[in-house]
Parts: sequence; structure tokens; C-alpha cells
Amino acid sequence: MKLGLAIRELHRSESALARDLVAVADRHQVEHEVHHVANDLLRWSHGHLHELAAAGTSFGLRLRADIGTSRLAPARRSLSRLAVHRSTPGILLLADLRRLHRKAAGVSLDWELLAQGAQVAGDGDLLALAQRCHPQTLRQLTWANSMLKVLSPQVLAS
Amino acid sequence: MPSRDGIAEPWGTRAPYGPGEVWPVRVDSRFVDGVTADDVDRWVPTASVLHSNGDGMDLAVKDGRVVGVRGRADDRVNHGRLDPKDLFGWDATSSRDRLTTPLVRRDGELAPASWEEAMSLVVDRSKELLDEQGPSAVGFYTSGQLFAEEYYTLAAIAHGAIGTSHLDGNTRLCTATAAAALKESFGCDGQPGSYADVDHADVIALFGHNAAETQAVLWSRVLDRLAGPNPPRLLCVDPRNTPVARAATVHLAPLPGTNVALMNAILHEVIANDHLDHDYIDRCTVGFDGLVEQVRQWTPERAAQVCGVAAGDIRDAAALVGRARRLMSTVLQGFYQSNQATAAAVQVNNLHLVRGMIGKPGAGVLQMNGQPTAQNTRECGADGDLTGFRNWANDAHVTELTRLWNIDGIPHFSPPTHLMQMLRYAENGTMRMLWVSATNPAVSLPELRRVRSILSQERLFLVVQDIYRTETAELADVVLPAAAWGEKTGTFTNTDRTVHYSGKAVDPPGQARPDLDILLDYARRMDFRDRDGAPFPPWHDPESAFQAWQRASAGRPCDQTGLSYALLAERGGVQWPCTEASPDGTERLYADGAFHAHPDDCESYGRDLVTGAPVEPSAYRAMNPEGKAMIKAAEFVPPHEAPDEEFPFALITGRTLYHFHTRTKTGRSKHLRAAAREVWLEVSTADAEANGIAEGDLVEVRTPRAAVRAHVRVCDIRPGVLFLPFHYGYWDADPERARDRAANELTRTDWDPVSKQPLFKTAAAALRRLEAGTGPSAAPTTTASAPTDPNVPPTAGGPGAAVLEDLDPGAAR
Repeated sequence: MKLGLAIRELHRSESALARDLVAVADRHQVEHEVHHVANDLLRWSHGHLHELAAAGTSFGLRLRADIGTSRLAPARRSLSRLAVHRSTPGILLLADLRRLHRKAAGVSLDWELLAQGAQVAGDGDLLALAQRCHPQTLRQLTWANSMLKVLSPQVLAS
Repeated sequence: MPSRDGIAEPWGTRAPYGPGEVWPVRVDSRFVDGVTADDVDRWVPTASVLHSNGDGMDLAVKDGRVVGVRGRADDRVNHGRLDPKDLFGWDATSSRDRLTTPLVRRDGELAPASWEEAMSLVVDRSKELLDEQGPSAVGFYTSGQLFAEEYYTLAAIAHGAIGTSHLDGNTRLCTATAAAALKESFGCDGQPGSYADVDHADVIALFGHNAAETQAVLWSRVLDRLAGPNPPRLLCVDPRNTPVARAATVHLAPLPGTNVALMNAILHEVIANDHLDHDYIDRCTVGFDGLVEQVRQWTPERAAQVCGVAAGDIRDAAALVGRARRLMSTVLQGFYQSNQATAAAVQVNNLHLVRGMIGKPGAGVLQMNGQPTAQNTRECGADGDLTGFRNWANDAHVTELTRLWNIDGIPHFSPPTHLMQMLRYAENGTMRMLWVSATNPAVSLPELRRVRSILSQERLFLVVQDIYRTETAELADVVLPAAAWGEKTGTFTNTDRTVHYSGKAVDPPGQARPDLDILLDYARRMDFRDRDGAPFPPWHDPESAFQAWQRASAGRPCDQTGLSYALLAERGGVQWPCTEASPDGTERLYADGAFHAHPDDCESYGRDLVTGAPVEPSAYRAMNPEGKAMIKAAEFVPPHEAPDEEFPFALITGRTLYHFHTRTKTGRSKHLRAAAREVWLEVSTADAEANGIAEGDLVEVRTPRAAVRAHVRVCDIRPGVLFLPFHYGYWDADPERARDRAANELTRTDWDPVSKQPLFKTAAAALRRLEAGTGPSAAPTTTASAPTDPNVPPTAGGPGAAVLEDLDPGAAR
């Protein structure tokens, strides 16, 4: 059985997504909706990590339930505020949203794999976990896509 | 004829009535000293413009000036009644400091100029920017106080002629969530209910809606029911002890920012006790199972922890609305300007859907508006929506409008830019011209230091069109003097879809011009053309603009093809849709359980209630192929700024009965000004005691953004919560005074991701006593700010504030 492997991989990709949400929220403090909603969505990823860490114990895994804090955070925030009157961070914002979207897509696929594995192994708890969390990942994915669609015309036209 | 002090008795004399009876008429009127109704030369029909209630009235004209006002007995909205702002607000239009000539900035100072010079500057800069960068350089920010004809013209110019996505109204601050909540639940904007539901309801639930102050005449209607046989029972959700709270059977005062948790618990109880219309749910809705799943965990005990409300009170509230036979609900800023605005407002719609209480007498929901013409901003498309409740994401709808306007196309590659995003584009320098009409962002937007820094940038070309030299006008490059209500002609729609005609009573002062004329002048100077080379927009005056707007509304939910200026002037207010098939208008929407939610018909495919991401058309079609009403559940998300050790209070901002917005008008009306002449801060009795603060003391209230100084009103607000009215800016403040008077110095830049409405009611604050007061604060005693201290002199208008009350006008005339 490789279910443990699937959990470990999902935990890795979800952690990466969570760290990215933190970075985007910090880096784009002056883009208020991106900043606030990224922080809201981070709560979902935290919840997922917490549940995955708990689920991992029955597979002999010791996974972190959080992502810790980045030493870069204060610098990212002040850089965002310093550039408040400039248009150039717009391109960086688009690149960040694009990367968020890719990472969320990876997490979504990992949930898919976990759900398939849980079904073949007859593990009802794990399947329920995937069914509970995966929709939130899809909403994170859709959000990154929609913000990219909304914000890109002004960045590209100006 | 009996009379009352119109300031001291805002709701007037009771005319009790019972369920199902007609609300008795009471005609209120007021004239300047020495004039009576018999002296009047001419009566000009109009309706209220200082709130959203739409009270029908006639302006009294004598010798070329307005000398009084009288409620219309035959109007469906008010049955003759007028509120303090209706009765006293019109004084302000004849104020001596009206703008009478265009102003342009020369050597850093605003100086008088000709229309030719001012408009040439605007046109030249527009052309320059369109050549250089294209439509994304230009934005328009309008109002909730102009007329339908003006919004329709602005939408045609911005979306049709220029092709910019940057058009919004200040309805974003007041009523965007009403529209968003209606779209989420019913697929389309448009209030399902009617004011007449007050006549039939056995339970009236007011969610964050202090109707007594925001819609005083509607509250008179409720008071008359409460005074009559078999009165309705009230539920009030509000952290303040408002007049509504005092009249309520159940009053819930949740911690600001927790409305979704509270609503989920109420729905939990309604479902657990099976107070459900299962047939209606099956036949008319989709999404019920998702709601059951979401609210299962929200027991009253759990919500009690989050909201700081007793679980038993939540149960009582749920029983009240769950057992009602005819439930009427209203929603306003307590939900719309608070955390998770749309998600919370949608739960009120859900309550009505699961109980099958839509479209029947007494059973309706009104997602209220704040401003008099906010509904028009939305239906005409001046808030960025596509004209006529059309769907931006539906190519067929865009094509329909393109054909109607006979233009090449309307860019619709991304959703319209809402105000807060436009501001950001101005901040980062990518939007370089902003045209502000009939609104005062330099006082009304959150985080004013930021707003001022953006609007005063030299690289931003700021045009301000207004009737006074507002705080925003002071920052402008060009100021255009506009005609006020009563000086121009048009129509507007109130909260319950009632359209009124508003006539021209007197000439505007000096060179001031109607907003419609200014916009059409701009269009002609810009030489906008349609596909056949004819001038666009093709209309030229109010009535031709109205007729064009009627054609744009044809076949849409807000269809107004059955109306005309003559009909409206003659009959008073009529509710849309009004068509050949429904010539008397439509009292309630969705009476047949059919909605404008079909994928081909709906105004919006909706959004994720937490992330705000638009729902894709294919996903909508799969979710709701038959166009039923949508029950949408939402998880609770905590507010982004919560009280902590340094900032231990929850600060909310709001309004008072006697003032409107930034007091540009009400601050220039003698009696309204005096009724609430200076900013105050409401503090609970317990918090006042704990901090050694007494009535009238001067305090500093500080948030992480700034500080405001105000005198304290000690009152019955929920402990831990502070309230600051947002009306007070700087135009009438001591010029030496620091920027420490406006409530929005303190508020956050944060908005609901669904409706994009700023969250004025989510901030953490600290309180510090500065010095003892010399008397009580200036807060009114008649309203939610009623003092705990019985020795504070009562608010009254005194001489000159007498209002005539005719309770039997049939006999009198």
C-alpha cells in the first residue's frame, strides 16, 4: 500500500501552497482584496495540514500540523508598502497569482489521488477527509484564476 | 390643523390600524414663516432624496422659490407622511454657498472659469489619455442621488462610447450588498417584497436595519401597526439600542462581524424544528441540502460563544421567525457594511426560501437601499452592472445592448471595476482621470488619509461635479456646478421598486446646470458617434432620455415600458415592472414561485460567498438549469481586525436620523444641523464607568490608522462596542482643526469579496479620556443615541420647526 506516500506528497504540496498564500498576502499588502482573501484561504490550508498530520499518524508518518513563519515576512510587507504608488508590482502580482493557481491545481490532483487510494483501500475516514477538503482546494484554485482575470487587463493595458 | 415639532417628534402622531387594513392617511406639511398652502402658486411633484424610502411629496413654489413641502396623500409609499429630512432638507438647496460657476485649478488654487474653459479642459484631457493609454486610463465615480436618466446616460457614455470598465456609484458603499444578495438568491436584482407587507405581517424581522432612523416613514407605518389591534411582533438584530430594538419582542445585539454565525444558528433552529415549507423548497429552490449540512454544527450554544449573545435569545429569535405565518424581513447596513456582508444578507433570503415566504402579502424580504436613487444606479448600470439587469458574462445580453445602442461593441472581457479597485488603480498611477459626480469620497470612503493622498496626486486628473464645494471638490482640477433636486427633471426608484417623477420647481443658481446636460455636453464635445455616424447618446433632454431608458428596460425584470412622465406626475409612485400587461405596476415579485434565475435570463451567475470568485456559466447551468431560487450556505469567517489588548473595543460607524451622508445638504438646513450639530462617540454605561468617562467628556478614539476626537454620549449600546456617526467632515469645521473629526479616518480598507462593499463596521479601537465636557454631547436624544443620563435636554426643533398634520385630509379640503 502506498497510501502513506500519497498523504506525504499531499502534505508537501499543501504546505507549499500555504507558504505561497502567506507570501502573496504579504507581498501584496496594498492589493487589499488579494491580501485579505489570501489570508482567509490560508485558514483552509492550515485546516487541511492539521487533518493530514492527524491522518498520517496511522501510517507511521510524523507530519507538521503548521507551516511555521517566514523570516522574510516583515521585509515582504515593507516592500509592498514602499511600492504603493508604482504600477510595476502589477506584473509580479500576475506572476504570483499564476503560481498560486498552479500550486492549487497540484494540491487538487493530490486530493484526487488520495481519494482514489482511499477507495481502493476501503479507508472510509481517509475518503471522507478528501471529500471534505478537496472542494476548498478547488475554491482556492478558482479564486486565483478569477483574480488573474480581473486584475490582468489593467496591468497589461497600462 | 394639529401640528407637531418635526424634530422632536420624528414619527408624528399615531394612526393605528389592524392587519389587512389600509394604512390611514396623514398629510404632513411645512411652509416657511408667513406662508400657508393657500398662498402657493404651484405644486411640483417629487419624492424624498435624503433617504431611500421614496416618500411622495409636492414642493410648494411661490414667486419663483420653494416655500414649503407637503406629503402626497395618494402616494402608495407614505400615505401623506414626511420625515424630518423630507420636511427640513430642502432648505439647503437655497443655501448661499451653492456652486454657481465652474472652477478650474490655476497655480494650485481653484478659480472661477467659464463652462467653455472647464469643459475644454475635461475633453482635452480625456482625448489625450484615450490616445495615450486607452479606456483603462479613465474612470467615473457617481452617486445614489442622481436621476435614472442621468445614470443611463453615464452608463452609455462610459460603457458604450468610451468602453471603460471603470464605472461605479457610491451605491458601492450603501447598497451593493443588497444587489449582490438578491443576485445570489434570485439570480437578479429587484426587491421581492413591498412596503405594504407591513400591513399584513405578523412578524417583522429587521436585520442590521435601524428603520426608525434610515426610513422614518416606514417606521411610522410599523408604529401604527404596533398601536393597532393584533400587532406584529418584531425581531431586531443590532448592537445598538435603537428605537427598533426598544419596540422589539426579541433583540439580539451580536458582536460586530459575527452575523453569519448568528444567522447560521437561527437557520439551524428553524431546520431542527422543521419550521419548513417542504413543498416550496422542492418546487422552487435548489441548494437546500448544502444549507442543512452547513448549519448542522451551528447550534445556538456555538453561535452564542462567537456572537456574545445568549443561546436562549437565539432560540427565541428562531422561534419567532420560525412560527411566523406572514414574515417580513428587512436588511441594511448592520449587515451590508459588516464582515461577510453578502453571505449574511443571503442567509436572510434563505430564511424566507426555506419557509416559503416570498411573494405573498406580509411575506417578503426587502434588501434595503440606503440612498434615494440607488436602485437606478443599479438598474441603469451606473454601478458597473450591465444596463437593465443584463448579465456581463452572457454574450447574448451584451449583444442585445450593443444593438440597442447601435454601437460596435461593449468590452466585457473582465467584470466591471468596483470603486475600491478603481481607487487602487489611481493609487498605482494606472488610472489617470477620475470624474466624480454627486458624491464626496474625501469624507465617505474608508481610511481617509489614504483617500486624500490618492485624490490629491498631481498625476490624477480629478473632475468633481457637485452642488457644493465639498471636501472632494477642494482636491479637484475641474469643478462643475450642478443643478439640485427641484431644479431639474427626472425619475427615480425607491427601495420597494416605486418609481417617482421629480419635476423642476425652480431654476438652478448662477450657471449651474442639470447633471444630464453636463453629461450630454461632454458627449457632444467628445463627438461620440454610433455605427451610422449619428451623435451618441442620441437623446437630448430628460424625457427623451427616459424613453430611451424605457426601451433598454423592455423585457427585463425592471421593465418600465408602461410608465410615462405624465402618468407618474398624475398618479404618484408606481412599482416596476410596469408594462402593457401590468399597467398599475407590480406589488410583489415572484408571487408565482418563478424567478429571473434561468441561465439565459439571470443577471449574474453568482459568486463564491467566501472567496468572491465568479461562478462560471457552465457551473451555474449545471447547478440551476431550471432557474429556481438558490439557497446558498456560507461558512463563518472571522473579521480581519478584532479587538485585542491595545485596541480593546469594536468600533462601528453609522448614521443618525437627522443627517444624510457627509451632511453636504443636511448640514446646511438650519433645523437638521441643530438637531445633531457635532460629532459624538457612543459608549456604553458599563464602559464609561470602567474608564471614568461621563456624558459630554472629550475623548480620543484611536484605531491602528488614526485618531478622532469627539464628545461622549453615554448610552445603551452593547458594552465593548463604540459607535461613531460618519456624517462629519471638514467643510464646516474650524479650518485650524486637525483631520480628527471624520469617522472614516479610523476605518479600514477592506471589503466584502462578493459585493465589494467596504466594511465600515469592522475595526478595533482604543479609547482615551482627554478632558471633562462643558455639557452633554450633541447626540440626539430621540434616537439610538438616547442618553442614559435623564438630565440631558431633549432634542427639539423649537420655533420654526412646526409641522402641520392632517389626519383627515378628505374633510379638510
